[in-house]
Amino acid sequence: MNQRRSIFIISCLAFGYAFLYIPILSMVVFSFNASKLVTVWDAPNSPTLKWYYALLNNEEILDAAWISLKVAVINASGSVILGTLAGFALGRFTQFRGRFTLNAMATAPLVMPEVITGLSLLLMFVAMEQVIGWPAGRGITTMTMSHMTFSMAYVTVVVQSRLATFDTALEEAAMDLGARPLKVFFVITLPIIFPAILSGWLLAFTLSWDDLVISSFTSGPGSSTLPMVVFSKVRLGVSPEINVLATLTIGAVTLIIVGVSLWMARTNRLQKLAP
Amino acid sequence: MVALLPYLWLMLFFVVPFVIVLKISFADVDLAIPPYTPLMQWTEKNVLAIKLNFNNYEFLFTDKLYLNAFLNSIKVAFISTLLCLLVGYPMAYGIARAKSATRNILLLLVILPFWTSLLLRVYAWIGLLKANGVINNVLISLGIIHDPLTMLYTPFAMYVGIVYSYLPFLILPLYANLEKMDWQLLEAAEDLGCRPWQAFYKITLPLSRNGILAGSMLVFIPAVGEFVIPALLGGPNALMIGRILWDEFFSNRAWPVASAVAILLLLLLVPFMMWYQSIQARESAGAR
Repeated sequence: MNQRRSIFIISCLAFGYAFLYIPILSMVVFSFNASKLVTVWDAPNSPTLKWYYALLNNEEILDAAWISLKVAVINASGSVILGTLAGFALGRFTQFRGRFTLNAMATAPLVMPEVITGLSLLLMFVAMEQVIGWPAGRGITTMTMSHMTFSMAYVTVVVQSRLATFDTALEEAAMDLGARPLKVFFVITLPIIFPAILSGWLLAFTLSWDDLVISSFTSGPGSSTLPMVVFSKVRLGVSPEINVLATLTIGAVTLIIVGVSLWMARTNRLQKLAP
Repeated sequence: MVALLPYLWLMLFFVVPFVIVLKISFADVDLAIPPYTPLMQWTEKNVLAIKLNFNNYEFLFTDKLYLNAFLNSIKVAFISTLLCLLVGYPMAYGIARAKSATRNILLLLVILPFWTSLLLRVYAWIGLLKANGVINNVLISLGIIHDPLTMLYTPFAMYVGIVYSYLPFLILPLYANLEKMDWQLLEAAEDLGCRPWQAFYKITLPLSRNGILAGSMLVFIPAVGEFVIPALLGGPNALMIGRILWDEFFSNRAWPVASAVAILLLLLLVPFMMWYQSIQARESAGAR
């Protein structure tokens, strides 16, 4: 690349990353601020962990976090099963009845505005309750089922794209050596697509943990999730505890993402080294 | 057989709900639980009366508020998509041309914010943009301005919020496309006397067309129906259709009107979704 062009590109990158990270860094910095006026730095008393203690003693936030955690874990596990099946069907079989419909249904939730998904799922649950009496009322169950519906789309895409780079000769070799299809799946296919399944699980967990709109439509009394509590607090104005929550979230996400990336880079290297 | 379970699940929780929304959009608001009238009723023995009420749609087309909200949502989503391209294209290009070790780090740095809560990241902008917020404090202490600028609860704040939140969705597909580019084509063009900008315009840009379109659709379609960002950053006058739908449902308890809004929004977006699918199909066919 010539020099003028690379200077232009580097300044664009610098601007872009500053834009992405300044808001995040400002939340981290101000989470240690003593003042209740979130953005005015109270130099004599800062940095302090005061708001960290406040957050850990805030029953409302802790209860909501517990509900969010339950929904996110069940959702991630369910979405991984449904999404892996769908991704496997779409990635491996090029011709079957309903492939077109399945493909359309599995990718549409990726771009569907959340207000539409949320409203339609709620009306569906209300109609189901009228007709078959289940689910009685809204709560954790209806929220989890709703989350699974949009999360599985992401898992499907991840698994499908991993299968696109899969060397099918490995499976054929195993079958030539007498392994039955189910055994081939568990011994050969599953371990190779495992990184994709893991990313899918983490993605589904995060989507559920962060979701506000679909949860608001499909939750019931007493089942407010963390984003719902945060949203109602933020609407009333900024609060130092939210900065703390953001900092903890960013810390956890960074650790997990960097850890998983390093682990995947290592397994990729090992796979390349293997004969 | 493998496909059966996800197929049934998506039919039940993705397709059937839309049929129900369509049905309820033709109902009437009622003081009952649930708050709408039934569509079909056995009026007398063996007579099933079906009552389709088009009032909700007529209401949406005659009340200026809804029409303006639809037009404004499209405008906001379109401008946001252009701004995302303006910021995101050079970034995706820079990442694709970086050395492979740097490239992985740069890519990770784009993905990281995407994994942290959208709500918290939008909240961060409130702290930055408000009257006694970080940006105003910095500008005042540097002596650039004397009175704080009004930034929060303006269209400006909303655009910043949307571009900020959706930027990774544009960069990632664009990067995936640019990564496959044969850069020797550019060198060849320059050897033959093309200026760098000319080479970019004639070679890189056309070849990355699918990446640009896929990324743009991933920003545009959800942005049209966006609720959280206009609700938190846009102020009371930010007319966005997602917000109208939310208010009709939660504040007015007008479920049939909310359903009609959802159906119209869906009709508006379906062509774009189909376009997105065909781009994706072309992209993966080209990759093989």
